[in-house]
Amino acid sequence: MAVRSRIKTLKIDGRDVSAHEDETILQIAEENGIFIPTLCRIEGLSLIGACRLCLIEVKGWNRLVPACHTHAEEGMEVFTDTERLRNYRRMIIELLFSEGNHVCAVCVSNGNCELQYLAQRLGMDHVRFPNMQPVRKVDMTHERFVLDRNRCVLCARCIRVCDEIEGAHTWDMRGRGIDARVITDLDIPWGDSETCTSCGKCVNVCPVGAIVEKGRAVGEMTKRKDFLVYLSKMREAKK
Amino acid sequence: MKKVTVATVWLDGCSGCHMSLIDMDERLLELAEHIDIVYSPLVDMKDFPEHVDVAIVEGAVSSSEDFEKIHKIRAHTGILVALGDCAVAANVPAMRNPFKVQDIEARAYLENVDLQPQVPDQVVPKLRPYVRPIHEIVKVDVFVQGCPPSADTIYYVITELVAGRQPDLINRTRPGA
Repeated sequence: MAVRSRIKTLKIDGRDVSAHEDETILQIAEENGIFIPTLCRIEGLSLIGACRLCLIEVKGWNRLVPACHTHAEEGMEVFTDTERLRNYRRMIIELLFSEGNHVCAVCVSNGNCELQYLAQRLGMDHVRFPNMQPVRKVDMTHERFVLDRNRCVLCARCIRVCDEIEGAHTWDMRGRGIDARVITDLDIPWGDSETCTSCGKCVNVCPVGAIVEKGRAVGEMTKRKDFLVYLSKMREAKK
Repeated sequence: MKKVTVATVWLDGCSGCHMSLIDMDERLLELAEHIDIVYSPLVDMKDFPEHVDVAIVEGAVSSSEDFEKIHKIRAHTGILVALGDCAVAANVPAMRNPFKVQDIEARAYLENVDLQPQVPDQVVPKLRPYVRPIHEIVKVDVFVQGCPPSADTIYYVITELVAGRQPDLINRTRPGA
C-alpha cells in the first residue's frame, strides 16, 4: 500500500473537516456532501480549471481560487456559497448562454444537459447580457455523430477524453477568446479525420448538446458518463 | 374585493404559452373569482386598456408592431410578466437573427411563391433586424421560463401575484422545460 500524505484539518462553510494534503477542496467538499458547481471537470479526466464555476473564497486570501486546483492547508477557512460567489457563478452561466446559441426548446439534449441543470440550480431566471448571436459552423460530416458548435461551452472534455483515454487526439482547440472553437485534426471536416476511431467517448462526455449522435430528436440525447470512471479505475489498477 | 385586471398578449411566439394557460382547465374558473381578463387573444377587445394590474406577455419582440405594442403595454401595466422562453430569451424566433431580413423576406415571399411573388409593404408588420427578448426593450418584473411553462407554473405565478407576492420560480421551471 502506498504511503498516504499527511492529514490536514480545515473549515468549509463553518464545518470542521479533515483531509489528506493532496486532496483538492472540491474533493473534500464532495466527500462531505457540500455542493460546489463544476462544468469542465469530469471524473476520470485531468483538471484544467477552465470554467471557473468552482471558484471559492478562502479567508485571508484576496482573490478567488478554483476549488478543483486548490489543496487543503492546515487551518484554512473556505467559503463555497457566499453572495459574491453566487453572483459570479450566475454571471458565468449567463455569459455562456449569451455567447452561444443555446435554444433549449429545440435541443436534442433538452432535459439531459449540464448547462441547463446549472442554470436552474444557480438561479438563472433570465440572461441579463444581450445574445451575441454568433455564426458558428455545424459539422455533419461524420457518419454517426454531429458537432454543433452553437451549443459548445468550450469545456474541452472532448479534447481531453480523446487524448487521455482513447489516445487518438483527434480534437483540439483553435483560436483565442471569443474566436475559440473545437476542431478535429488540423481543422478538417470530422468525417475526413484519419485519427478519429469513432469510439463515441467525446459524445458521452460532452455536457451539452454540442457533440451528439445523429438521428436524435429534441430531448432524446442521453449520455453515459459512467464508462469513464470505470476505464480510469481499471487503468490505475493495472499500474 | 376588487378583481385584479389581467391582460395576456401574444407577440412573436407559437401560442403554446397561451395553450398552457388554457390547460389550467377548471382552475380557470377558480381564478375567474379573483381576476378579470380584460385584454387577450382570447377576449374580443381591440385596444390595450388604460391600465391593467398584470400583463402576461408571450413571445419575443420581432416586428415593428411588437415593438410598439410592448412599449404601450409597459406604459399601461403594473406588473409585466414575460411568459415562456421566447419572451424571456427570444428562443426559436431568434434563430433568424444570423440572417438578413431581406433574405428572410425573399425566402418567404419570393423564392417559394409561384403566383405573383411580392414582399408585402402594407398590413403585414415590418420585421426588425433582430429578434429580442422583452427585457432588452422594456423593464420586465417577472420572468417565467419554459417552452411552454406548465399550466401548474402559470397557475402558481397568477395566484402569487393576486396574493401580492413575487413568485419564486427557480425550482419550478427552467429554460426549455
